[in-house]
Amino acid sequence: MSSGQLFNVVTFGYFAAMVLFIGFLATRSVVVAKLGNLCAYIGFVVQTFAIGLRWYETYQVPGANGYAPMSNLYESVVFFSWTILLIYIMIDLKYKYRAVGAFVLPFAFLAMAWAQLGLNDAIAPLVPALQSNWLTYHVITCFLGYAAFAVACGVSIMYLIKVRKQKNAGDGSSPAGGIVGLFPSAKILDDLNYKAIMIGFPLLSLGIITGAAWANYAWGTYWSWDPKETWSLIVWFIYAAFLHARITRGWAGRRAAFLSIIGFAATIFCYLGVNLLLAGLHSYGS
Amino acid sequence: MSTKQRGVPSSIWEFFCSLKLTIFSLISLAVTSIIGTVLQQNLTRKQYLAVFSKDTYEFLNDLQFFDMYHSWWFIGLLVLFCINLTCCSIKRFPRVWRIVHHPNVTPTEQQLKAFSNADERLVKGDIKTVAEKMGNFLAENFAAAKVFEKDGITYLYAEKRKYARFGVYVTHLSILVIFLGAIIGNIYGFKGYVNIPEGGSVSQIWLRNVEAPLPLGFDVHCDDFSVSFYGDSQRPKEFRSVLSIVDGGEVKIDHRPTVVNDPLSYKGLTFYQSSYGPAGAGAVAIKVKVRGEDKADAFTLQRGETAELPGGDRVKVVDCTATFRNFGPAAQLAVTSRDGERQIVTVFKNFAKFDEQRNGKYIFTLVDFNQLYYTGLQVTKDPGVMVVWLGCTMLILGCLVAFFISHQRMWVVISEQKDKVGVRFVGTSHRNQPAFELYFDELKYKFRDALSQD
Ligand code: HEM
Repeated sequence: MSSGQLFNVVTFGYFAAMVLFIGFLATRSVVVAKLGNLCAYIGFVVQTFAIGLRWYETYQVPGANGYAPMSNLYESVVFFSWTILLIYIMIDLKYKYRAVGAFVLPFAFLAMAWAQLGLNDAIAPLVPALQSNWLTYHVITCFLGYAAFAVACGVSIMYLIKVRKQKNAGDGSSPAGGIVGLFPSAKILDDLNYKAIMIGFPLLSLGIITGAAWANYAWGTYWSWDPKETWSLIVWFIYAAFLHARITRGWAGRRAAFLSIIGFAATIFCYLGVNLLLAGLHSYGS
Repeated sequence: MSTKQRGVPSSIWEFFCSLKLTIFSLISLAVTSIIGTVLQQNLTRKQYLAVFSKDTYEFLNDLQFFDMYHSWWFIGLLVLFCINLTCCSIKRFPRVWRIVHHPNVTPTEQQLKAFSNADERLVKGDIKTVAEKMGNFLAENFAAAKVFEKDGITYLYAEKRKYARFGVYVTHLSILVIFLGAIIGNIYGFKGYVNIPEGGSVSQIWLRNVEAPLPLGFDVHCDDFSVSFYGDSQRPKEFRSVLSIVDGGEVKIDHRPTVVNDPLSYKGLTFYQSSYGPAGAGAVAIKVKVRGEDKADAFTLQRGETAELPGGDRVKVVDCTATFRNFGPAAQLAVTSRDGERQIVTVFKNFAKFDEQRNGKYIFTLVDFNQLYYTGLQVTKDPGVMVVWLGCTMLILGCLVAFFISHQRMWVVISEQKDKVGVRFVGTSHRNQPAFELYFDELKYKFRDALSQD
């Protein structure tokens, strides 16, 4: 058995979990939600094992030294979906809001599906620039931060839907019906959003700092304004704005939720867009 | 200008203190930073003109878009950001200092009513014993309390983790510290580079954009340089320089391997493995046998060098390389016979018998290929870097404290109520209210238990 096959199982597990959670919103059946959670948890366990297996596989390549499997796009996307599940499970164990799964699992599923279908999963031994423990620290902290932001984004979307429904429902205090009735209250969603960013922000900061430390260690410059670095700083600025927006009158609530969504869009751009899109714009320089 | 109530200076001060300005500057920094990631920075004028029309180029250049992170407006935004941060902290810090060092230990009736976490009991007994009981209760369940008296009312005050209030300020200060580190680095640091051939040594380096070399005050010697690859592939595995440092005639660092991700530091300067290249022509060791004879002659030749063969013919090393396709070291030889006939022969180190099959007059074998390299080192000095790391540490610790630690305070207020004793218990937390509420609710039952005990 190879890690690639196991990752296929994981992708299917997250797909099933996603469908079940959406089914839960439609049917309101707690059993369906529990099944969804079961799929998500099993997927997570299998994925944890598969990442370990891939780590082992990197040692089996002839002439290679082995490395933590987080060093190319495929591996990082897989790791990203793992961290999303990790944060989701932490929230699930603590709060048990079942509807949150429907807004978080899609991110994990899309990441896995893209990795399995669209990315090159070859194990390539590390070139000298990447042979550093800093790489591992850097990737782990960044991606845990990204995952927290993914959860915050999902929760913010729920928040916006919820307050909109409440407004439409009339006086704003009566509970909204339908699917939205299954959501936690707007206050709780707002709080979850903040909690997720509270976890994500120090992790992102640590991710940027470990990246800078690594750059300094590898070539003597901790900051050089390259697009990837700059975009991580942009993301950082947005979430810093979010943190201050929450304590500013007139900026709490909806605007803060929008900032959280914009922040996650910027996160995704930092992670993927910089490599996939800006490279094109940059090609004239070469 | 409408500054009816407040004077101009005070409204300027308010402007620089406002959190709206913080949000504005953070978002502006985020948005403007995008420019430099879309437009490539610091190219030559010619490179830009290949993409933009002259007018567009001039326009963007006037806006300093081609070096935007050092432009007056971007630096200006950063300065605004720092001023905002400083003013805001100056404004708020005294209040926090007061809360921490001079807490309100005797809240008024009105203040007591404002607490959302509160409980109240009427018990028999006298104030003194109840106060003692409550003192024990707080010490056991929360923190040791201090006792105060005012107007015949007894107040017990206990608090936990008051330093948590400073987390935000440490975070904010950390940003100024990081900027300070960056400024120190810009003023007192430099970046340079130097190439050293294998076996050679240097005592000066070159700085970017500076003509004259910078003397180091010591010698850096490159003992060896090598590149290794994964298996037979072209994927590099390691670039490795072995460096020694001789200072004042004394060997300070001896044969230190320096690879990417493991630089060499000496006297505040750090040497990073960054590039390499061939130094001089490569040399080959070849053996030549005349077909049918046993005796072989050995030569060591540089690229382009010629040697005389036993029969009076001549051989010249036209080219040589460490890796020819995937076949390893190879050399191309030109054999010129006495009557001027020229023939090209290729030999491989890994295939010793290859030339035998050519059926020529001579059989060549490539015994060894030797290419001397130079190692390219990046050299930097940045005395601000430790300050930056200090700032980064403060940033992380400050954030953790600000987010996850809360300053909790509790009061027990004991007063005469007719012939009984009224006991009020209130508490507050400076953040994470929901969790504190749960905690306080539990404590409430213990509070009642403690009071009902005799
Ligand atoms: C112009 C710059 C800034 C100003 C004027 C400013 C001002 C403030 C103020 C007034 C508070 C509320 C403090 C309180 O609760 O008493 C605050 C909170 C905070 N600030 Fe800043 N800040 C600035 C930049 C930053 C930056 C760049 C960061 C990034 C690390 C940051 C991190 C925080 C954090 C973590 C909090 C706590 C937020 C919370 O309690 O939810 N600040 N800031």
